[in-house]
Order: sequence, then C-alpha cells, then structure tokens
Amino acid sequence: MAFKILVCAKQVPDTNVIKINPVTGTLIRDGVPSILNPDDANALEEALKLKDKYDDVTVTVVTMGPPQADQMIFECIAMGADEGIILSDRAVGGSDTQATANALTAAIKKIGDFDMIFAGRQAIDGDTAQVGPQIAEKLGLPQVTYVEEFDINEDRTEVTVKRQLEDGYELIKVKTPCMLTCIKELNQPRYMHVAGIFAPNKDIKIWSAADVEVDLETVGLKASPTNVYKSFTPRPKGKGVMLTGETEKDLAADLIARFKAKHII
Amino acid sequence: MNFQLTKEQEFVRKMVREFAVNEVEPIAADIDKEHRFPVETVEKMAKYGLLGVPFPTEVGGTGGDHISYAITVEELSRVCASTGVICSAHTSLCSWPIFKYGTPEQKAKYLPDLNSGKKLGAFGLTEPGAGTDAAMQQTKAEDCGDYWLLNGSKVFITNGGYADVFCIMAMTDKSKGTKGISSFIVEKGDEGFSIGKTEDKMGICASSTTELIFQNCKIPKDRLLGKIGEGFKVAMSTLDGGRIGIASQALGIAQGALDVTVEYMQARKQFGKKLSQMQALQFEVANMATQIEAARLLVYKAADMKDKGLPYGKNAAMAKLFAAETAMYVTTKAVQLHGGYGFTKDYPVERMMRDAKITEIYEGTSEVQKMVISAAVFAK
Repeated sequence: MAFKILVCAKQVPDTNVIKINPVTGTLIRDGVPSILNPDDANALEEALKLKDKYDDVTVTVVTMGPPQADQMIFECIAMGADEGIILSDRAVGGSDTQATANALTAAIKKIGDFDMIFAGRQAIDGDTAQVGPQIAEKLGLPQVTYVEEFDINEDRTEVTVKRQLEDGYELIKVKTPCMLTCIKELNQPRYMHVAGIFAPNKDIKIWSAADVEVDLETVGLKASPTNVYKSFTPRPKGKGVMLTGETEKDLAADLIARFKAKHII
Repeated sequence: MNFQLTKEQEFVRKMVREFAVNEVEPIAADIDKEHRFPVETVEKMAKYGLLGVPFPTEVGGTGGDHISYAITVEELSRVCASTGVICSAHTSLCSWPIFKYGTPEQKAKYLPDLNSGKKLGAFGLTEPGAGTDAAMQQTKAEDCGDYWLLNGSKVFITNGGYADVFCIMAMTDKSKGTKGISSFIVEKGDEGFSIGKTEDKMGICASSTTELIFQNCKIPKDRLLGKIGEGFKVAMSTLDGGRIGIASQALGIAQGALDVTVEYMQARKQFGKKLSQMQALQFEVANMATQIEAARLLVYKAADMKDKGLPYGKNAAMAKLFAAETAMYVTTKAVQLHGGYGFTKDYPVERMMRDAKITEIYEGTSEVQKMVISAAVFAK
C-alpha cells in the first residue's frame, strides 16, 4: 500500500543577505542566492522521516515559480525526495496568495491521489502563512497549522500533532489525508546526501498552466485581490530586560528607577 | 577548457559548506584545544556520504568525482583542518589504493564499509628511519606459507588511533630495494598489531597521529594488496592522489583564514577608520586572495586530470607545493592583520597558522614535491 506525501515548497531569496532599497522600499534581489524556504525544509524533513520509516512512502515536492526553481527541486531530491514538480507559466506570474493557492491546488489535483500534504508555515520573503491553509480549504482537507510535533498511528489513518500557540499549545488528532503546516521546532532538516547530488536522472517535471488545466481567470496578477504596498524589514523586538533585586520590593524599586530614567513617570 | 564547476560540484560545495559551518566549525576550537578526535563528526560525515565522495556507487561510493572530493576536503578544512585531513587520509590513502589495486574480493570486503564510513581507513609508509627516504623500509613481511608475518613499526600515521583498516607497506625482499616492498591490508584487532604512541603535535591537534606496532603480526595471505614487490608503486601512486587531498586541505585553510580576516578588517577600526579601508592592508588581502585563487586552479586541475584518467603526478605535486606554501603565507598574514588578537586563541587564525604548517610537510614535504616536479620537467 503506497503512501504518497506531497510537500509544498517555495524557492525564496535568502533574506539573511537581502537588502531593501531605502528609497523605493523594494527588495534588491540582484546577486542574492535563492534557497529552499526554511519552514519548507522542515516540511520536507518530516516527510522524509516517514519515508525513512516506511518502505512504501513516496515524497513529491510541488512548487510554483520560474524554471530556475529546478535548483531547489534538485536540492530536495538530493535530500531524499522522489520527484519534484514545478508549475511554471507566465500566466501564473504575479499571483498573490489566493491566486497561488488556486494554481497549486490545480497542480495537486492533477497529481491525483495523495495521503498527506506538508507545507512550511510561511515563506521568508512574504511572511503571509496563507498559501498552505488556502490550498487545504480549496481541496476540502482538514488542516493544522504551526505543527511542532508530529506522530502518526500504525495504519497511518490518523496523525496527532502538537500545534504551537503564542502562549501554549494544542494537541490535535486529525484524519489523513490532511494538510499540516510546519515550523522550525518540528525537526532539524537533513543536508543533501552526496550520493543524492550525483544520482542520475532526477525526476523534475515542469508543468504549464495548460498542463494542470487551471482556470486562467483565477491565477496571476489580475486574479490577485491583494497587492504589495510596501516591503520593509520589521524592526526586531528589543531584548527583554530582567529586573534585578532580591525581594519584590527591590524589583519594584528597580522598575520604578528604570521608568524614571526613561521619563515614563 | 572549462573553468566552470558542474551543477553537481556546486551542490557539493553548498552541502559541505552548510555541513561544515553547522557541524564542524562550532567545535573546531574546542577539539583543537582538547586534542580530541571528533568521533561524532566522523559519524556525521559518514551519514552524508562525505567519506566516499570520489568512488562509484558499485563499491558503495557516492558516484562523485575528484573535483567534488577536493571541494569536500577544502570546505571542511576551511573551518577545521583536522576534520579535513581525517577525510583526506581515509579517502585518498586507504580507500583509493584498495579501489585501484585490490582484488574483486578485497574491494567487496572493504570498500562498501570504508565508503559508507562504517569503517575508517589509514595508511602506513613512514617509519622512524624512512621519512622522505621512503625506500628505507625496515618493517618486514615474511611469507610463512599460510599467512604473512609482519614485524616493525610505522610512525606519524594519520587516523591511527581510530582506523579499522590500514594499508601498510613492508619489505618482502630487502635485496631488491624498492622492488622488494609490498603492500598489505591490516585490520584493527589483527593478532600482533597494536597502536603505539600518540603524537603531541603543533597543529591539526584533533586528528589522531600515532605509531603502529607490528610484533609477529599474523595476517591471512589474501591481505596482500597488489602484487608482491609492487608496494612502492602502490605507495607512490597513492601519495600522488593524496597530494590532491592535502592540497585541498591547504587551500581550505587559506580560504578560511582569508574569510575570517576580511570579516575582522571590516569591523576593526584604528586611526578612525576600518582596517579594510587602509590601502596598505587592502593590498595584502589582494595578494592573499590572488594566491588562493591560483592554488585553487592548480588543485582543481590536478583533480580534473585524475578524473579524466590523465597522468597527474606532476600536477598534484605542483598543487600541493603551491597550496601548502599559500596556506602558510596566508595564515601568517592573517595573524598579522589581526594584530595582537590574532596571536590569541580567541580568534581562529592562530589555530589556522599552526594547522597550515603540516601541509608543507606530510604526504611529501615541499622539497619532495620539488623533486617530483623537477624530475617530470627534466624527463622531457
């Protein structure tokens, strides 16, 4: 009994080295290396762990992007994925999350039967965290976001996941097939294997919009209800300050002193 | 002529760079200080195929090439030269001679385990009285009918304390000089075989460098590697390839020293400006970067010639000579550019300078490389 896992991934500019044009507020992408989106690497890793555990698991990476995304798919296959599919067509260019989800949903329908979809929580170039959940809605799949722990039952019909919240977590049981969006706490992605890099005949398919029979009215810039208004790097939150003092009274005194120093009181 | 790496070679660099930065660099200073062989890193290298890069998949290798192997050792050595030489000695000096000279049975027995890193390899040629003059072998192997009997000792053996499989040179007929040397495969645990003194070294302190002792060491007849009397040829051709590994190690050390120096110079201010803004120092960096690039071209060319089945002995010697001298030059400059901080163990250039020195000595000193190169030049 084959168990087919799909992994939704995106090739993104490495935001660790990217700069923003201070005048226009747009990303300067020239000379910036493209990488596998970090959360998507966690999604792939969880799929590959299942492949390590069960002989009948296959892992297919699905992405939308320019043909150069084959570099990312190459990397995914060198890490252990079986195949990769790139939906690449000018018709889907400029898509926002809604239009991207429409296009990827069409691609996933074209793939046919599957048992699980893993996606990253969000891509580091947009930080929207919307595409995974939108695909799940369009496919009518149960979904759990922010997955930080994953377990699957013996007959692989049900998974138990720990869902990270800002102030705690939820433990959720969900039937397969389902969509899980993954966060970095879930696992440590593996490296490519050198033998994987050299393995010949990597199965990388490039599909057009026509190949996936998507309604062209639902994809691309014109079908995107949202537009990028401005790009900026959010200012990092300052490091929290620990108050010092032996007793509660000392701590309060320290707090008041700090407030006074900042002219808050 | 093509100076572009292939897609696969580029990916090998990306993979090994990430591996080295995440798994090797964080412990490099500690294992150097503690003189501790990084067993855990060897296991990780094994897991990702880094101990079988240039061998075909039929013998358990990755199906990669020697340029990728050179890149692997270079990238490991960029952050930790000890880790680089563990990979190099294992691959070039143990797996390769078995791959090249082994019988089908020997290849089947040893190569899958060596290439998967399940077993670690080492090579034994040098003796107390046979260094550069390698022909003066005193270790003897006696044909005792059902088995070989080895007696003698080897020194300065890289991976010695942790290896499972050793390619050992020994004299089978002293009257024949170098033609009386034969090569053998010795396994850890063989009767009469033990590990002697561990060297306390100036650099590559996390690599294991030991003495090997053969005291009536009995090994089966099928452990002869290559033909009787072919040992010197086995050793010399193995070292030709090993030099690509050490040249890659030297290249990596130099690149690592340059990288941290550039970073330092962009942060360090004196006289109101960054060191990177001072022309006299910029010119030092220009020289360092140029030497490194020249070394890289020599190393990759030698590796490419090996991949193409061309004679590469002279090129490997040139690569090793130039890359080793580059490593010494660049690391010495790197320490200078760091000033007093460079002389402390708080910065990695101090370790890099100590590590660089050995590349001018082992697997043939710079003088030996000049002997090899000049012999090839005058042979024309």
